[in-house]
Formats: sequence, C-alpha cells, structure tokens
Amino acid sequence: MNRSISRLFVVVLLLFAVLILFTSRWTVINRGSLQANSLNKIDSYASLKIKRGEILSADGKVLARSKAAKGSTWTRHYPFGPLFAQAIGYAIPDQSNEIGLEQYRNDALSGHLQTGLSSVFGSLHSATAGDDVSTNLSYKAQAQARSLLTARGYVGSVVAIVPQTGAVKVLYSSPSYNDNDLNNACKHESSSECSQFFTALEGRYPPGSTFKVVTATAALDSGKYTPDSEINAPGVLTVAGKPLHNDLAGDLGERTLTYALTNSINTVFAQVGLKVGGATMQKYMQRFGFYSTPSLDYPADEMTASGPRTSAGSLLPMTSPKVDLGRTAIGQANLLVTPLQMAEVAATVANGGVLMQPRLTSQVVNQDGQVVQRIKPAVYDRVMSSTTASDLTQMMRDVVEEGTGQAAQLDGLNVAGKTGTATVSEVGDLDDAWFIGFAPVKNPKIAVAVELSDIPDGYGGKYAAPIAAQVMKTLLAEGQ
Amino acid sequence: MKPRNRELLALIPAALLLTAGLTAVFVQQSNRLSTGALVYGAVFLGLCLAGHIFIRIALPDADPYIFPLVAVLACFGLVMIYTIAGTTYARQQAQWFVIGLLLLGLTVVICRDYRKLEEYRYLIMIVSLVLLVLPRVPGLGEQVNGAYLAIKLPGIAFQPTEFAKIGLVVFLASYLRDNRQALASGRKVLGYRVPPLKQLGPVLLLWGMAMVLLILLHDIGSSLMFYGGLLAVLYVATNRGSFVLVGTIAFAVGSWYLATHIAHIDYRVEAWLHPFRQSLYDAPLGSFQLANAQFTMAQGGLFGQGFGQALLTIPGGHLPYLPAAQTDMIFAVIVSELGLYGGGGLLICYLLLVWRGFKTATLARDSFSKLMATGLSAIVALQVFVIVGGVTRVIPLTGVTLPFVSYGGSSILANFVLVALLLLVSDRARRQVQA
Repeated sequence: MNRSISRLFVVVLLLFAVLILFTSRWTVINRGSLQANSLNKIDSYASLKIKRGEILSADGKVLARSKAAKGSTWTRHYPFGPLFAQAIGYAIPDQSNEIGLEQYRNDALSGHLQTGLSSVFGSLHSATAGDDVSTNLSYKAQAQARSLLTARGYVGSVVAIVPQTGAVKVLYSSPSYNDNDLNNACKHESSSECSQFFTALEGRYPPGSTFKVVTATAALDSGKYTPDSEINAPGVLTVAGKPLHNDLAGDLGERTLTYALTNSINTVFAQVGLKVGGATMQKYMQRFGFYSTPSLDYPADEMTASGPRTSAGSLLPMTSPKVDLGRTAIGQANLLVTPLQMAEVAATVANGGVLMQPRLTSQVVNQDGQVVQRIKPAVYDRVMSSTTASDLTQMMRDVVEEGTGQAAQLDGLNVAGKTGTATVSEVGDLDDAWFIGFAPVKNPKIAVAVELSDIPDGYGGKYAAPIAAQVMKTLLAEGQ
Repeated sequence: MKPRNRELLALIPAALLLTAGLTAVFVQQSNRLSTGALVYGAVFLGLCLAGHIFIRIALPDADPYIFPLVAVLACFGLVMIYTIAGTTYARQQAQWFVIGLLLLGLTVVICRDYRKLEEYRYLIMIVSLVLLVLPRVPGLGEQVNGAYLAIKLPGIAFQPTEFAKIGLVVFLASYLRDNRQALASGRKVLGYRVPPLKQLGPVLLLWGMAMVLLILLHDIGSSLMFYGGLLAVLYVATNRGSFVLVGTIAFAVGSWYLATHIAHIDYRVEAWLHPFRQSLYDAPLGSFQLANAQFTMAQGGLFGQGFGQALLTIPGGHLPYLPAAQTDMIFAVIVSELGLYGGGGLLICYLLLVWRGFKTATLARDSFSKLMATGLSAIVALQVFVIVGGVTRVIPLTGVTLPFVSYGGSSILANFVLVALLLLVSDRARRQVQA
C-alpha cells in the first residue's frame, strides 16, 4: 500500500504543478493581454477613487475641482462652465475620458507623477489625491474676452500670450459649451450658440492681411527689402492670371514698404511675396511655427497646423505650383491658419524676433503645497534678427497710429498691430475680421490675436481691433 | 529534538506571519502603526500555544508539522479576510478558529480510539449522504451561484457537504479494509480482472452517487472532489491503477453527458471556456466573476500589489467587482495582493500538509488507518485543486472553500475535525514505530 500512497502523492504533485502553471499564466505569461482586455475595468475603477487635482487660473480662481460623490468616488466640477470649457477641456473619470488640458496633464492631476513609499509587496502608500495644476490663464481677461465676443453674438477667438515667456493668458473661442453637463452639451442649441470645436486651436481661417507681417518679415530679414524700399503700387495687379485689387482705389504710384503695411496695400505685398519666393517664405513660416502642430501643452490631436492646404485639407509646400504665392503673401488663396498661430506671430515680433513655446501650464503643485513640476519658458525658434523685429514693430506701430488699425488706440495704451480682412465668401460679402498686435510698443508685455468669423463687410480694423485693445488693457492693468 | 518541541518552534513563523501581515495591513489602511496588530498576533499565538499544549498532553507522538502548517494557513486566511472584508468578518473567523480548536480537542477526546468509528460505518455513510442531499430539500437548501451547497437555518448558514466529505472517507476506508482483497481479485473476463459484483456494488454506487450529486447539486467541482477522494482510497486499497483509469473515464463521460444536457452545468462550462465573451460576461450567472478573477490576478504579477490593494467593489456603489472575494475567490485576491510568489507559497503550504498526511498513512500499521489518512489527505488536496483550479480556469469554477483560508464556519470546523483525525492516526502510528 505504501507504494500506492507514494504514487498518489506524485499525482498530487502533478495537480499542484498544474495549479502553479495556470497561476503563472494569468499573473505573468498572459498578464499584458489580460490588462489590455476591453472588459478589464480595474484601472478606470481605481482612478475613480483618486481625488483629481484642481486646475487654477493665474489669479487664483479654481477652474476645475473634484466633488465628493457616493461611495468614496469623485466627480469633476467646472465652476465657470463655458468660460474655460475649451481651454481646459474636461475629464469623465468613470469612462477614462479626458480632453484638453485635463488630458495633457492627466498624469499630474490623477496623482501618477507622485512617487510614494514602496516595497517588494508593491506600494505601501497609494495615491489618493492628484496634484494641482496652475495655469497662466487670467480669469479676468478671459471673462472680458468672452463678454466682448458674446455681447454681439460673434463667432470667434481671442488668444493672448506673454511674448517673453509664451505664457498663454487668454484662450477663448465663442461659442463654447457647458462642461458640467456633457450629456446635454450642444444638444438643444444650434451650432452657432454651442460648440465643442475649439476654433482657437483647431479652426482653419484665412488670415488675410495679418499675414503681411509674415511676408514683411521674410522680405526684411532676408535682406531683399528695407522698410523704405519703394515699390510700385498699382490699383490692380494680375496675379496668377486673375486681377488683384486694393481696398484703396486707384494707382498709388511708388510707395514704401512701411506705407504698404500701414495701409494694407495688396498689390505691393503680392509682388513682395513673389520676389521673395516660395522657398524663403516657407523657411520663415516654419520658423514662426507654420506647418507644425502648435507646441502648446495641449493634446496634439486637438490642435491643427497652419499653412496652405489643398481643398482636401493636406498641407502644401509654398514652392508647390498649386500655391498662388502672390495671394498667399496677402493671407488669401488657400492659406489657412489658427488664431493661436497668428498670436504667436505677434508675440515673436514683440519679443525681438524670438518665438517662445506657448504654455498654458505654469506649475504642478502637490497636496502638501510643494512644487512638483515648474514649466520653464522655452524658445521655439529665433525667427528674425532683432533689427528686423524693431523695424517691424515701428511699421506695426504706424498701422495703429495712422493706418487701418486706429481702432486699437485706447487711452494710455501704446499698441502696435496689424489688421486683417479675409474674404471668406464673395456671396453676402462675409469676411473674417482679424487683428494681431502687442502693447506697449517699447518693452511689450502682451501680444494678442482676435479672429471673428463671417462678419458682413468685416473690416478687422473696425471689429477685431477694439476687442484686442480692451483685452490688452485689462492684462496690462493686471501687471502683464 | 522531540517532536513536540519541533512543533512549538514551527508555530513561531505562524505567529510572526500573522503579526507582520496585520501590521502591513494596518499601515496600509491608516498610514500608521497600531498596537492592534501586535494584540491580534499575541492572541493568536496564545491560541496556537493552547492547541500545542493540548496536543503535547493528548497526542505526544503525533506528527509535529501538521498543526503548525494548519496554523500558518489559518493565519494567512485571517489576514486576507481582514483586508478583504474588515474587522467584523475577521473577528467572526477568529471565533470560528477558537470553536474549531475546541472541536479538535473534543474529537481527540471522543475518538481517542478512532478505530471504534468502524463499528458505526454504515451509520456514518447514511448520515453523510443525508448531509449531502440536505441542501436540496426545499425550504432548507439555499442556492448560491446556481449550486446547492448550503442550508440555511434561522440565524445560521451551514455547509453540510464539508462534513459529509469526512464521513464518506471514514466509511470508505472501513469498507475497503474488509473488501480490498476481494476487490483486487475476481474473475478474468476478456483478460481484464473484474471484481466480484458483491464487492464492486458499493463502488459502483459511489460512481452513481457522484453523478447524482452532479445532477442534484449542479456542481462538477464538489462531485469531482468527493469522487476523486474515493478513487484515491480505492487505488491505495487495491493497488490497481485500472480502477482509477476506468473510474476517471466513467466520471469524465458522465459529467460530459450531464454538462451538455443540464443547462445549469452548461453555463458554468461556457463561462470556463469563454470568460471574455461579452455576452457571457454580461449575462446573469455568466462569466463576470471568473473573468474579473483573471483580471484581478493579472494585477498581481510576480510580487503582487500589496495587502489591501486589490479592487473588490465597483467604486461609487456597493456592487462587488469580485463576488465572493473572501470565500470562493480568496485565491484570486491572494495572488493579486501577493503575486505569483504569494499564491505559489500558499500552494506549497498545502502540499506540505498533504505530504505529512500521506507520510502518516505510510507509517500507520493497519489498513483502516492507512486508508483513512490517505483519504483525508487526498480530499484536502482535491479541495484545493477544485477551488484553485476553478479560479485559475484549470476546470470549471465550483464554490468550495479553500481549506483553513476561506471565510466560513462550516469549513473551518470540518477541517479541524479532519486534522484531529489525522493527528490521531499519526500519534498511534508513530508510537507504534517507536515501540
């Protein structure tokens, strides 16, 4: 009998070997595929118990906070709703669904940046609360931008950047949506009153004459022109086989480049663009950030690159025969840009020719008040020499003082800028009204871009410039 | 070293394990050290000491490793139940341990000469069979997860199958001692030695009973446990592998037939084969529990996530993510929190316990003792295989307890009786060896 008992024990050994083998299968061998299984909700359930950190404005307002819900879970609440909905996005913890800054800073907000005490048995202390994220956004200026846009029912965007640091002070598009009520967001309203599409970063608009700043940069910095170069300014110029007109009627004779920018002379800048050439234009545009997804701390798939595009939407190089170089140089043809890109153009000139990477976040602070991560200013590129930048600054100052941008004049405000009136549709005469600029002219502290869509006879100088001036005034009063 | 002193030394790791485990849990839960862990550890050490002193007096020659191994398993279970279900459950489980220890003492005193049990073998068999069928009595039985394994009396839920397994082993050991020669002989038919029908009858009856159990209790796993235990005893008694072979085939055919013809068994098999099928996952009594057990174990990896880190309830409500976490699914939680090493270590503890049981069987002089020790050890091994195999998807899931570890009074009490019988056999066998 004892031999049978020994054999029986061998059978038991084999059975237990199978158990250990199968346990290894689930814990080690097939671990990855089990954790990737779509039915596996453990991670998203675990994140429900973490109190997500707050998102704060630069002036200390709480833009997003976690509220206690049943069963020791948390829900997200946005005290200002539509005002910051697009800038910071939203998070739905139980669906592992995050958008915007909530997604970009998800690791910090959900506590995954934290390193706790751990042992061979795993972490002894698991994160129960995420870190707080401080943004550069100004509540006051953002609120003003929203009220200026919604008061007249404008569809458009306001972007404001600190030229020296890239800190984004205002990032607002109208219409916005209520991120506290996502199930009903934009359901019952027409698209002109509610939108989750963030036009400041994703919208593609013809920049119109504001792009002449880019063309002028290429012209001056490449040495082909000076501000005083005289160029023939005919009333009509044939570009790519079609006539191109100026807003000012009649043949203007020989005019300086400064005069042409001040009065936004299309026929001059079309010639300048053609003379500078596609390759040089492309080089300067790329330095400005065109052709790339913006370097903002925001999910890349929620932003779009600026540049000339085919009707199907793909980017075209400036040297392509499909690009109407003359009209692109005045911000028309198939050139499409985001409001953020044009704000970066203004900020570059304001910062002596150096483009800083735009930044929404200033720092990440943990629950003990310690700064976990400080987002330092970073240079994107030197776009032009400081001489070119100061020449351009003077030219843009003339625009506001005696040219198309006079509506940007406010008491005590010393603004340089450029207007834009981009033809969107010949039918109904709808235009995109633009203004880009910065203030004060000496030692600029803030740069802005304002874009208003589909305004009938929408001169940028008339519609966009006053909004830009108001926002800049508020930000300068705040000490920016 | 004397066996009792070895036992005493071996109890130290059990007490240390409990103290260290509870300390880790307290630290994890409140981020501070608490004297509670030390108090619990001290109380449990006291209980172990009491058990040890009793064995020292009553069973001085018993195997010195069985009791410490049981203590280690029990401590381990207590810590796990504390992390899973909290203080109330842990305290209840600890109370069951106290009662279990008393029952162990009672069994040792009453069955001092355990061979007297043979005289009552048919009574024991009938009582065991009644216990098995009891959960199916209308108004008394309670269906849990589709299987009938428990009865509910006012104020107490009771799993009679836990006791029935011991009774059946005792009966079979006694029956086979008398009939093993006859079973091993028999006439040759077509080159195969067929045992006399008279002696084969009860064995066939057992096969039939396993099948009836399958139908009545809707449960492949516990049928497998009973039937496997009986086959093991039969094999050792007759030394004929052909019995095991024929028996296994008969069981496989029977359960295959029943699984394909009884819906209740069929969905268990379906959940076992396709736990990640969305329709099965969402279905009531579907694969939700089993699939989540796989996910929970995957979280553990090699070293585990640490005590108390497994996700057991769905946040925001009271719905369990892993139903029956402190009973049927406790192995999944152990693997999740302590990893493959923790789960493997636990299995090795069981293996050592089973090894000491078999060792006792080999030392015993008389057939009844040998067969009983073999049967009791085999049934512990099979119970572990059935539940751990169910959780890790070696076989379809069955709701039996993990001996000494799972939460549940019936299981603890029955297993302490089982240990008492093993210790009795061991004490007598080793005394005879020494003499």
